[in-house]
Amino acid sequence: MGRIQLKSVTKSFGDVQVIPPLDLTIEDGEFTVFVGPSGCGKSTLLRLIAGLEDMTSGSMEIDGTDATDVPPAKRGLAMVFQSYALYPHMTVRKNIAFPLRMAKLEQAEIDRRVDGAASVLNLTDYLDRRPGQLSGGQRQRVAIGRAIVREPAAFLFDEPLSNLDAALRVGMRLEISELHERLATTMIYVTHDQVEAMTMADKIVVLHAGVIEQVGSPLDLYRAPRNLFVAGFIGSPKMNFIEGEEAAKHGAHTIGVRPEHIAVSDSEGPWSGKVSVSEHLGSDTFFHVHETGLAETITVRADGEVAFKHGDRIHLTPRSDVIHRFDAKGLRIE
Amino acid sequence: MARAVTTQRKTFNTALAWIVGLLIFFPILWTILTSFKTEAQAIASPPIFLNFDWTLENYAIVQERSDYMRFLWNSVIIAGGSTILGVIIAVPAAWAMAFVPSKRTKDILLWMLSTKMLPAVGVLYPIYLLFIRLGLLDSRAGLVVVLMLINLPIIVWMLYTYFREIPGEILEAARMDGATLKEEILYVLTPMAIPGIASTVLLNFILAWNEAFWTLNLTAVNAAPLTAFIASYSSPEGLFFAKLSAASTMAIAPILILGWFSQKQLVRGLTFGAVK
Repeated sequence: MGRIQLKSVTKSFGDVQVIPPLDLTIEDGEFTVFVGPSGCGKSTLLRLIAGLEDMTSGSMEIDGTDATDVPPAKRGLAMVFQSYALYPHMTVRKNIAFPLRMAKLEQAEIDRRVDGAASVLNLTDYLDRRPGQLSGGQRQRVAIGRAIVREPAAFLFDEPLSNLDAALRVGMRLEISELHERLATTMIYVTHDQVEAMTMADKIVVLHAGVIEQVGSPLDLYRAPRNLFVAGFIGSPKMNFIEGEEAAKHGAHTIGVRPEHIAVSDSEGPWSGKVSVSEHLGSDTFFHVHETGLAETITVRADGEVAFKHGDRIHLTPRSDVIHRFDAKGLRIE
Repeated sequence: MARAVTTQRKTFNTALAWIVGLLIFFPILWTILTSFKTEAQAIASPPIFLNFDWTLENYAIVQERSDYMRFLWNSVIIAGGSTILGVIIAVPAAWAMAFVPSKRTKDILLWMLSTKMLPAVGVLYPIYLLFIRLGLLDSRAGLVVVLMLINLPIIVWMLYTYFREIPGEILEAARMDGATLKEEILYVLTPMAIPGIASTVLLNFILAWNEAFWTLNLTAVNAAPLTAFIASYSSPEGLFFAKLSAASTMAIAPILILGWFSQKQLVRGLTFGAVK
């Protein structure tokens, strides 16, 4: 239970329209990620769904029932905030129990659910501590615990991992994905990190300046980005864009080639350039190639260890079957 | 060399602070000392500082002549009642100003504070008339309301400052967790703001306790608090300095003790936000 439908939703702050009319349906049980650069309106959109911001116009339904004017407390949604937003004066147990207390559940039932959530999230030993005595990862787990005990129609995550260090972030990412597998509840997750989006999502919504640029599965977006913005945003390292004569050869204004779709060689290949920086990761090698006559820099990703270094002249061969073509407006040409 | 200058400066600052502190405290000290003198010693010239015959007779006379406990009880009711009522009204007001501000919020705050700059005597006549009409003259309830209104701007200002330090996301989390507005204020905001609320309550209790203009003008016998108790010993023809001092000491003792025990809390509250 948790199908969320937005119909012609807009949001303005004063005279500034941050979200132009927008339609979006999030299916029950789906893990949807809103991704985009900072200021693209993804957090505002989440807050509109939560009810923490009022829509300027448009409507919203949860499971077919109009929820446009329903206060956040009554929407049956749970939210995990970037800052965790735990109640500092309550113990972990009381923090997790808070939504159940507000729902006027019986004490025995509250205890049962809190203990259940605590054991799932490895928080059993910390139930009597206060948030101030916990590490960042533990605090985030408490925030998640507080969200799951309510058995909400959907979970809303607002950049929940951005305050954690890199190692912890990968771990929590997995935990949230596993949680989704187990609960099969609708989750809406906001992030600016396209790696998080690619690894976690069933469906990615790419936002830019309040506008939905594309909606699709991670691999759809990777294989067939609808425009230059999505093409540049999804994929790491970023797609190379080439304009001019080389693009014209493919009947396009701009062509895009992903770094992993370019082969390197010391002697053969249609393009050539000079290695500016080479980054050796062991599993992959990244080359930033200058003086190609195509673009400022062409980024190349080669499998394994490839021993070119700064100043070497190398040849590049793009894989012709995965060249993305865009017209003068930046839209994809099929 | 640098260290020597710093030490010198420190000593100077400490000495200066002590001098200022003693200057401020001196009148209170003098009142307390005078309360233990005889009437003759109290007006002796040159004044006697310490080597007088210590006596408790002023206290005995004051206690005999008037019912200290009744005045004390009135002070407690009036100061306590006006503070509690003020906080109950100010918490939601400060919540609204801190978390859902409008374009006019700052103006409203300043306007509220500006009422404190009005000379109280300017509204004495209308309030006096209102009190007569409403039958509130010489009633504790009337004074509770007036003192609450007098101090409300300060309570709202102080609470507003504390609330602004609380991250809005925590209140939003409470809203998402199903808390109603009342529950949000009661279970989340208020406990988090307890240190701020405590110093607000303390300061306003002290202000209300010391308030003399309204308490003297609007009471006679029944609702008279300790300020009236002191005033009853300053008669135009009488030179009863020792008894007046004894009465004053008895009147300020409770608040002095309260202030002494809560000074840490008070200082922390008053400098909140300034030092962070």
